[in-house]
Amino acid sequence: MRIGLFATCLGDTLFPEAVKSTAVLLARLGHEVVFPPEQTCCGQMHVNTGYQREPVPLVRNFAEQFGDPSIDAVVMPSGSCAGSVRHQHEIVAERYGDAALRAGVATVKTKTYELSEFLVDVLDVTEVGAYFPHRVTYHPTCHSLRMLRVGEKPLKLLRAVDAIDLVELPEADSCCGFGGTFAVKNAETSTAMLQDKMRNIATTEAAVCTAGDSSCLMHIGGGLSRIKSGTRTLHLAQILSSTRTSPYVLTEAVR
Amino acid sequence: MSSTFLGMPATPPRSPYGTGNLRGDRKFPAAAHDELRNEQLRRNLGKATHTIRAKRLNVTGELPDWEQLRDAGSAIKTDTMNRLPELLEQLEQQVTERGGTVHWARDGVEANEIVTRLVRATGSTEVIKVKSMATQEIGLNEHLESAGITPYETDLAELIVQLAHDKPSHILVPAIHRNRDEIRQIFLKEIPGVDPRLDNVPAHLAAAARAYLREKFMTTKVAVSGANFGIAETGTLSVVESEGNGRMCLTLPDTLITVMGIEKVLPRYQDLEVFLQLLPRSSTGERMNPYTSMWTGVTPGDGPQDFHLVLLDNGRTAALADRIGREALNCIRCSACLNVCPVYERAGGHAYGSTYPGPIGAVLTPQLAGMHAAKDDPNSSLPYASSLCGACFDACPVKIDIPSLLVELRHQHTEESGTTAEKLAMKAAAGVMKRPKLFTAAQKAAELGRVLGGRDGKISHLPPPFNGWSDSRDTAAPPKQSFRSWLASDEGAATMRAAADEYDRNQQEEEK
Repeated sequence: MRIGLFATCLGDTLFPEAVKSTAVLLARLGHEVVFPPEQTCCGQMHVNTGYQREPVPLVRNFAEQFGDPSIDAVVMPSGSCAGSVRHQHEIVAERYGDAALRAGVATVKTKTYELSEFLVDVLDVTEVGAYFPHRVTYHPTCHSLRMLRVGEKPLKLLRAVDAIDLVELPEADSCCGFGGTFAVKNAETSTAMLQDKMRNIATTEAAVCTAGDSSCLMHIGGGLSRIKSGTRTLHLAQILSSTRTSPYVLTEAVR
Repeated sequence: MSSTFLGMPATPPRSPYGTGNLRGDRKFPAAAHDELRNEQLRRNLGKATHTIRAKRLNVTGELPDWEQLRDAGSAIKTDTMNRLPELLEQLEQQVTERGGTVHWARDGVEANEIVTRLVRATGSTEVIKVKSMATQEIGLNEHLESAGITPYETDLAELIVQLAHDKPSHILVPAIHRNRDEIRQIFLKEIPGVDPRLDNVPAHLAAAARAYLREKFMTTKVAVSGANFGIAETGTLSVVESEGNGRMCLTLPDTLITVMGIEKVLPRYQDLEVFLQLLPRSSTGERMNPYTSMWTGVTPGDGPQDFHLVLLDNGRTAALADRIGREALNCIRCSACLNVCPVYERAGGHAYGSTYPGPIGAVLTPQLAGMHAAKDDPNSSLPYASSLCGACFDACPVKIDIPSLLVELRHQHTEESGTTAEKLAMKAAAGVMKRPKLFTAAQKAAELGRVLGGRDGKISHLPPPFNGWSDSRDTAAPPKQSFRSWLASDEGAATMRAAADEYDRNQQEEEK
């Protein structure tokens, strides 16, 4: 397949390792990965903070960059950005867009996927040849879980990883407290949620807490770093792209 | 209506500012700041919400047609809202034909005046009350007291709240923020003639309340109730409850006054089949609530001989006028969304400042009472009191898409707020992100931000408004290279080529 990789603004700028892993993983599975160079941001932060006029050009740019019919699927290492493309772009286009934008949004949303659902649903693979000899716990991010309904898909992928010690996270489906600008506007409530998430992570004694969204991992990882926890965060793609020949080397760094 | 229609209809009025209990005195983050420090509250809420959650999942999971029931509930409610005026007139006609009297209250002020006038006409200076959200919303108790009428709450939890001169913090479990030791103290202090040896055993606490209330049931001639449902087809009103206090209030007094929000109407008697399954399973996690009372007008020689139904608007028509927001009126007040909400679980109900807390409160309160941008209204903070995690949508028995409604209300708020620093920042961010070259340049600038990181590459202090974030979270300094610069680099190209080669090699090996 010819896959359009959407790096997400956060991934592209702050968490490039997760995006590199996504690109490498898809290429290793035999697919052509294209990166439309004019891509920027899906506009999720704007919409979720209450702004729908401002992201119109971002929604338009996304539809234009990925609307190319030669791109079979648009894949991104983020459940919340995929959720935004599939559920919010049409709201913005309906309210403040024109007919062309509405048509563009409708076309591109049907071929947009979060990484784990693309692997399991579209490519029909769960065994991606990964090797990761560490104790790992998985946090299902809210938008993957409840907006995209990825369900067990990320866990199926993780269970198939060679040498992994996968442990269940207690109260896994509770929100970590990120919520985009929620973590800034309601920082204390967000922190209270984060503390409970970190307490549950600690009980797993995992070396790595993984998830499908760099944004939630930035939140959880930032908290774990502050309390000098023994657990670090790593994007799901980074585990799936780790192999016996080029294994991921765990370091102390937050990223 | 005799007035002439002169063009665009005016927006229907919201609940008047400064009346009732649909607005706190400060914004959510400030209120949550204090509530989060109350460790007793955090423990009580955590325990209570987790217990109810587990019970609800048990009894909703066991029904093979639970999802169909939710769909049916949603469909009936949507149909109801689409023809609310005609259904309300049908309800009025039916109640009147069966011997009741219907009153229309534009807002809480009017409803309070109507109820007070009706109580005065009976000559009684006391009323017994069934737990009711609508009368909490309009502050009826305070109004009655100011008119020299003493209201007695008869639901155990409402009684605890009333005796403690407190406000409910949960729709269904108003005293969820209190534990048994606190309740013992409240009873010892406030119940006249209570046994001073009262301990904190739940059964003993309930018995003390029972002894106190029994006398009120037997002697009070007027009752005030809310309503869970009002059936347009037959004029039947219904209250569901767990303690039997409702049944006492609805049957023993001479006069019954029911205050019902206009959105509580249902078209047909048969619709109860759906809602009497959805409500108890979603709210208390019971298959069936212990007491379901239904009454239709007045039955000679049986029950109250004087029945009044007060239909309360108080901003509901304004909510109905909102194409998207009106979905919040479908709420049946089960409180499942509160019990699963991670924000409610930590901050508690009082942080919302409204009779309606939690996720549904955060969408309902601003719609009923408005979020006046010019007045820096505390209600304008409610749509932001959510991480948009979506647990509420999954739990809602009538499938109200609360996260989408929150996003919609946030949009309405930013539209009404004019130019703010945040809006300028959002415009600036979009301005950069819509120009790929500018975005790439900004990424280069971000890479320079590495200097912000300490020797360990972590940023531990950020300026306002991000100081709340950095108070408890480290932020990694930006990486040396963005993804796009890596991909464009020789290293990026080589890595991608190697990955593709690996696939080809594997294919060739498989063919061998």
